Amino acid sequence: MSAIDGLPGDWQMVVGLEVHVELATATKLFSASANRFGDEPNTHIDPVTLGLPGALPVLNRQAVELAMRIGLALDCTIQPCTFHRKNYFYPDMPKAYQISQYDQPLNVDGHLDLPDGTRIGIERAHLEEDTGKSTHLGGAGGRIHGSEASLIDFNRAGVPLVEIVSRPDIRSAEQARQYVTELRAILVAVGASDAKMEEGSMRCDANVSVHRPGTPFGTRCEIKNVNSVRSLGRAIEYEARRQIDLIEAGERVVQQTRHWDEGDGRTHTLRSKEDADDYRYFLEPDLVPLAPSAEWIQAVGDALPMLPGARRARLAGATGVAADSEAAMVVVERGQDDYVLAVGAAGGDVARALVHVKEAYADQGATPTVPAADLAALTVLETGGQLTATQAKAVLADLVANGGGDAAAIARARGFEAMDTGALEAMVDRVIAEQADAWAKFCAGEGKAMGALVGAVMKASHGKADGKAVTALLQARRG
Amino acid sequence: MAGLRDTAAAVRQGSTRAADLLEANLAAIAEREAEIHAFNLVLADEARAQAASIDAAVAAGDDPGPLAGLTVALKDNLCTRGIATTCSSKILEGWRPPYDATVVTRLRQAGAIIVGKTNLDEFAMGSSTENSAFGPTRNPLDPSRVPGGSSGGSAAAVAAGFSAFSLGSDTGGSIRQPAALCGVVGVKPTYGYVSRSGLVAFASSLDQIGPFTRTVADAAVVLDVIGGHDPADSTSIPEVHPSLAVALDQGVEGLRVGRITDLPEGADPDVAERLEVAFDALRAAGATIVDVQVPAFTFGLTAYYLIAPAEASSNLARYDGVRYGLRVDAPDTNTMYGATREAGFGDEVKRRIMLGTYALSAGYYDAYYGKALKVRRLIHDDFERAYRNADVLLTPASPSVAFPFGAKGDNPLAMYLCDVYTIPTNLAGHPGMSVPFGTGADGLPVGIQVLAGTLNEPAMFRAAAALERAAGGAGGAS
Amino acid sequence: MSERISEADVAKVARLARLHLTGEEVQRMTAQLGGMLEHFADVDALDLAEVEPMTQPYPLVNVLRDDVVAPSLDRAEVLAAAPSAEDGRFRVPPIIGLEG
Ligand SMILES: [Mg+2]
Ligand SMILES: [Zn+2]
Repeated sequence: MSAIDGLPGDWQMVVGLEVHVELATATKLFSASANRFGDEPNTHIDPVTLGLPGALPVLNRQAVELAMRIGLALDCTIQPCTFHRKNYFYPDMPKAYQISQYDQPLNVDGHLDLPDGTRIGIERAHLEEDTGKSTHLGGAGGRIHGSEASLIDFNRAGVPLVEIVSRPDIRSAEQARQYVTELRAILVAVGASDAKMEEGSMRCDANVSVHRPGTPFGTRCEIKNVNSVRSLGRAIEYEARRQIDLIEAGERVVQQTRHWDEGDGRTHTLRSKEDADDYRYFLEPDLVPLAPSAEWIQAVGDALPMLPGARRARLAGATGVAADSEAAMVVVERGQDDYVLAVGAAGGDVARALVHVKEAYADQGATPTVPAADLAALTVLETGGQLTATQAKAVLADLVANGGGDAAAIARARGFEAMDTGALEAMVDRVIAEQADAWAKFCAGEGKAMGALVGAVMKASHGKADGKAVTALLQARRG
Repeated sequence: MAGLRDTAAAVRQGSTRAADLLEANLAAIAEREAEIHAFNLVLADEARAQAASIDAAVAAGDDPGPLAGLTVALKDNLCTRGIATTCSSKILEGWRPPYDATVVTRLRQAGAIIVGKTNLDEFAMGSSTENSAFGPTRNPLDPSRVPGGSSGGSAAAVAAGFSAFSLGSDTGGSIRQPAALCGVVGVKPTYGYVSRSGLVAFASSLDQIGPFTRTVADAAVVLDVIGGHDPADSTSIPEVHPSLAVALDQGVEGLRVGRITDLPEGADPDVAERLEVAFDALRAAGATIVDVQVPAFTFGLTAYYLIAPAEASSNLARYDGVRYGLRVDAPDTNTMYGATREAGFGDEVKRRIMLGTYALSAGYYDAYYGKALKVRRLIHDDFERAYRNADVLLTPASPSVAFPFGAKGDNPLAMYLCDVYTIPTNLAGHPGMSVPFGTGADGLPVGIQVLAGTLNEPAMFRAAAALERAAGGAGGAS
Repeated sequence: MSERISEADVAKVARLARLHLTGEEVQRMTAQLGGMLEHFADVDALDLAEVEPMTQPYPLVNVLRDDVVAPSLDRAEVLAAAPSAEDGRFRVPPIIGLEG
């Protein structure tokens, strides 16, 4: 195990993640002011957002629908649910309670499969409202400690969130990174969120504990303030090692919330859970229960696009690569897999198309502009032996530059006629004569010599020779 | 005095001027408000401008609406755009809401004229209006006595002729009890009948807005305007309510009127006697009197004094000195919270916040709040069973007539008993109203409470109208 | 003195509710709250095991609103009514000691 998770001895980490995502709605969860990031402070406020006396929440249908999309994408059960008040005082929490879901969340019991097939359980994915944002004045580096005052912007207050709580099924920092990456891909695919960790529309807390196999899980700590997938991995690794060091030094892990400090690469105590939270949850009397009908759930499910995992599997099935191969991962992430399959449908070779698309469209999100039929024609020339891989690459570059074209005509224009067999044999014999030394070494079984001979033929042919054919001829001559 | 419908009709026809109606109210206010203190704020200038525009509209051939030119006093826990809304608490002193409550919008659209914001027990917590941060309201019928509460100012405004009608809010009896003590009609509709949007919350699952009027017919006119679905309140009932004004003329022939045989004792003899007369009157008018049991009625106070404070502790947490209202400065935010809330809330409010916080806190939820919710279910179910055999139930609205200031002393429980007959209805979510029915001790008015099942306001109004007729018309005692 | 609530309980609840109470107020409050909670003995004898809690008087479900933007309140107006504001935002003293 330690080989996988990088921990000393037989220690193993146990990680569960709580991911908050802001939903891509037009308005807030319980009121009609805009859900928009980056505007002037306090310009998306209304009586509900500000917790003004007498203001009442009314649930946003679209937020519910996006939350259902998330639930269905994670194979959750969608159930009748309720809203509770979570009571606590904080200046960015206008009513001094957060409306959240407690013992009856909307989505329960789902799972997310990592690209390598590892299944991570999803305990729940519930709806709740976001808080406002505090800026701390005068503290070093905008920190809360040592500040002289704080300023509050309520634009974010009331923005709809879905909190996705995984089961403690994650066993390494790498798995945690994969989980968040895959979850992000799913959220974007279903249109639920733009899920940008840098902008805070996706935020991740990690519950970390350690244990030795066969023994119960240790005491867990919750790590907050992780702002990127990279720091998530670092924070988890740091925290697991911190806990192991404590235990090995004969000390005890105290259940607490810890803050990840990106600057010093450590987690710090935020508050101890033991004396802490008494949230006095009770059913929100200003809202009524939510019970999506079977028809509604069905309609939302029917409208869901194919998810990244299924798309990778589909691409893998068509091309023969592994579903978690780099090509499949990258091309699906860029959303170019439909195009690759279209090349196949147009009579082309999908495996060649996959390689071309992965390489020719390396920009994230670049949309292939070459008509699928044109790329299909190119791959046919390749598989038919009329073009070498190197030549094909050059032709593709022209196709991309021109937004399409006749691959065969481009090949001719570039002088890429396939050499006939007689001419190639003559060229090989000439190289054998000229490179007597290399030929002798090749015959003596020195592997390196082969490369020199093939290279010489390629040079002599100005790249027109097919490398595979040359190798075959050389081996035939050696006997 | 003409009823609201006829008065509004006269204004709409142009035969009566809204300005003259208003001046009569303002004259009454000038004469007695200094003594009564029904209002936290009188809006004479705004009201005069409104009256002028209504008269101008009529002159121009427009119809200002079904409440044209009728003056209304609003309990000061109803949000009014740009007009101070205090809940009679220091913590909100000076706050001007940037929006109108739904009922206020509907009143304005119907042509009503807002004359002022009325005094209440702070955040509607009390039964005498003695808990106002701005001093008590006096009962217009006997200024040495309380008007009841918490909507004491609204009840007094109607009783003193300061406005044609008024609105209050009723969480455990805060409309019906002061209506009884001031000799006016007061209605708490079915939970969800009137939008709570813009009503400053005390206990969200119990609060309802309702009218104070001089007659039952007037109450129907007002409810027909302020009732009905509001998309801004998720608990607002979507079904269309039948007009109550229509129900009034139907009489009580065949109506089954229930007598709760296990009603908690505690009503003064004068009040108990009037209740007997009320049953006789309805029987004489053609109703059938039936005996029913509501065994859990007696647990109402107990459940209420956990549920209402629990919700209130959460609803009142927003008064933290950050966004509006009072702030007491302090070196850090947490200390600022404590200092602001200490200075801004009165004793009764603090007591209920403490009780509610305790009832919800870790380790006590199941024993207190959770249990109270189950008792609430028992009360609801017992009422529902009773309503299978009876269309309406009669009880006293208040155990006693208006009592002198300070009579309940320092003992919160003594004050809580004022609402023993009204509270169970709020817990059940059912409608209830108090109708004046003669007088009791010292010639002070007695209110009979008429209760009905969910959305059975029409039967409730039929019975109330019959009682009013039996008592000799509007005001009963007069 | 009630067995149902102690002065320590009252002090803890006051902290949770952000009500600054003096020692004398804690004493008085303990007695008053104890008295009210005594009253709760009324229902101690009831068998409530099978009773569903009642949280809402009228049974509604799926009350939803369309996702359509309405104008924001005016920031200047709102901040003018705030106890303290700066730079388009609400100003509060340093945020410390909010843990319990
Ligand atoms: Mg959480
Ligand atoms: Zn959350």
